[in-house]
Amino acid sequence: MSDQLGRRDFLRIAGGGVAASMIIAAAPPPPSKKLLEMLRLMRRIRHFEERLTGLYQYESYLEKSDLAGDMYDFASKGVIAGAVHLYIGQEAVAVGICAALEREDYVTSSHRGHGHAIAKGAAFGPMMAELMGRKTGYSKGCGGSMHIFSKELGLLGGNGIVGAEIPLATGAAFSAKYQGSRQVAVAFLGEGASNQGTFHEALNMAALWELPVIFVCENNLYAASTPAAIALALPNVADRAAAYGIPGQVVDGQDVLAVHAAASAAVERARSGGGPTLLECKTYRFTSHAGAGKGRHDNPEELKKWLKRDPIELFEKKLRDDGVLTAADQEALKQQVVAEVEEAVAFAKKSAFPAFNEMPVTPGTDLLA
Amino acid sequence: MRELTYTQAISEAIREEMKRDETVFQIGEDIGPVRTRSSLWKQFMKNRAWQTPISESGFVGLSVGAAMTGLRPITVIMYCDFVGVCMDPIVNQAAKIHLMSGGQIKVPMVIRTPAGAGTREGGHHSGSLESWFVHSPGLKVVMPSDPYDAKGLMKSAIRDDGPVIYIQNRILHRLGKQQCPEGEWLVPLGKADVKRAGTDITVVGISTGVMKALEAAEKLAGKISVEVVDPRTLVPLDVDTILASVKKTGHLLVVHDAPRRGGVGAEIIRRVVERGFGSLKKAPRVLGGVNTAMPYSPPLEDACLPDANVIVKAIRDMLS
Repeated sequence: MSDQLGRRDFLRIAGGGVAASMIIAAAPPPPSKKLLEMLRLMRRIRHFEERLTGLYQYESYLEKSDLAGDMYDFASKGVIAGAVHLYIGQEAVAVGICAALEREDYVTSSHRGHGHAIAKGAAFGPMMAELMGRKTGYSKGCGGSMHIFSKELGLLGGNGIVGAEIPLATGAAFSAKYQGSRQVAVAFLGEGASNQGTFHEALNMAALWELPVIFVCENNLYAASTPAAIALALPNVADRAAAYGIPGQVVDGQDVLAVHAAASAAVERARSGGGPTLLECKTYRFTSHAGAGKGRHDNPEELKKWLKRDPIELFEKKLRDDGVLTAADQEALKQQVVAEVEEAVAFAKKSAFPAFNEMPVTPGTDLLA
Repeated sequence: MRELTYTQAISEAIREEMKRDETVFQIGEDIGPVRTRSSLWKQFMKNRAWQTPISESGFVGLSVGAAMTGLRPITVIMYCDFVGVCMDPIVNQAAKIHLMSGGQIKVPMVIRTPAGAGTREGGHHSGSLESWFVHSPGLKVVMPSDPYDAKGLMKSAIRDDGPVIYIQNRILHRLGKQQCPEGEWLVPLGKADVKRAGTDITVVGISTGVMKALEAAEKLAGKISVEVVDPRTLVPLDVDTILASVKKTGHLLVVHDAPRRGGVGAEIIRRVVERGFGSLKKAPRVLGGVNTAMPYSPPLEDACLPDANVIVKAIRDMLS
């Protein structure tokens, strides 16, 4: 599929023009091996999540005339018991950013965190097991889809509280600077979170103390079902960086190489003591807010336009055009990832549920007092 | 032995722990000597006191992130009432991350907050909010009533691997000095202390409630023998010590400044009734603040809080 919309047109659609604070990063492109690894990670996110739709069966309790219930009044009868927030459509952001990080760097994430975990190196088995509430899950089945933690991978969890992830990453960056390590921290947040007070408080402190943190706003144009157009006073979240005297950059969030270039510059700035950066990646979630049509954005024309800029298809086309990838390689990669997902499903399904007495509560807690 | 005030005792604990462990630092509003913006980081590193902007949810959240990644913050909420703007990082983040991460990630932090009524500061600076935290799984709650406990509990709180809410009552800041030993001591979390031995009634005091109960006990000396028990930490709660006292006296009265409705007094009575109903000769009671925001006017504020005279009257009623 061709890239029918030019980037400038696309950014105009995404958010009313190119931000005044936009900076064009000029890092050299990654080597072929790395490019293929980035593609593999994007495919991993896509196929992991596509497989989930067969694993939950949501049923709504809402009647048509119901004004008092909300879109979350549903239950799943499937093997995944709770809600999942799909990342499909935004893969270029997680992969472009995480490809600029090292294993020991920190990431905090949001409701929509599967992509961030996979891009940071999470394995399918423990992720799928976590979604199914099994003891082999990353968080021993105690976290679920929104709370995938891995100390080893620097994953400081997704967050069910919009905006809470922003000060947490700022604190991880504080910690790195305090301890004199080289680590940096990334907060992945939605444009909805940019309207929380924590966003402004954290950016201010990070700027004051020149903390090694990168705030990555994924502006997918919807906060649950609320369009950014009725929630942001200015269309570009990146412009808010000016209020704190830090760089703010609008990035094409469908272009993994653009994201990676911006991320590399921001990471370099953070590691060298230059302080924080705000990146706003213009992107789009191709599905509803939380699986099974909950929180649909109900704009088929808009969706159609964005589907033409599927980040994986755009990247594959570029790699084919550049002679890095053949059509056969592309298909083989896809099949391999799909097979890995199936292995993870089998692993998770055969894993045991955690026992009540194994619950990892804070030591000394009297659960029944 | 030497004399220490309540806040001197806390300061001593913090200073000693900072010296012992370089991951310990204090962060909050108006706490540092730093006054200029130039080279903030260097100034802070020197004194390990981080003076923040007025951004409670930001710096409490930052502290949680720091605690998750190897540091031990002592985070100061200048007035406990201000937790209204930062409950999320406390009850949703610090308290829950250990479980939600499958036990991988510890959050060793102390939230130190001056609190309490009776200081003529009006409705936004007089909160006794301990039951909010007692009700939130994942937090420990510490409320020392004298300088000795204030120091020993602060040191234990800093060394604890989970989030601890350390509530220091402002009235106690103004109390006289207490004889304390030289050097360091620890008071374990979850161990009550019998502050005055007695045989006729058990009065469990929370924070300033201990001071008021001791005053009442003194007024009744020679007539009624009052045992005053200080739980010192509300989570974990040392029910055994309270039960042992109630078994001896057969009577239980709990005293705190927080409103009685849904309060810690009700919780202590539940715990005693569940395990020691047979020891009680009379229905247990709670004396607490009335169900209102704190009024400013001194006579009104006093009328909203229990004092030694009210305790004396309640004890006489219960034993009549």
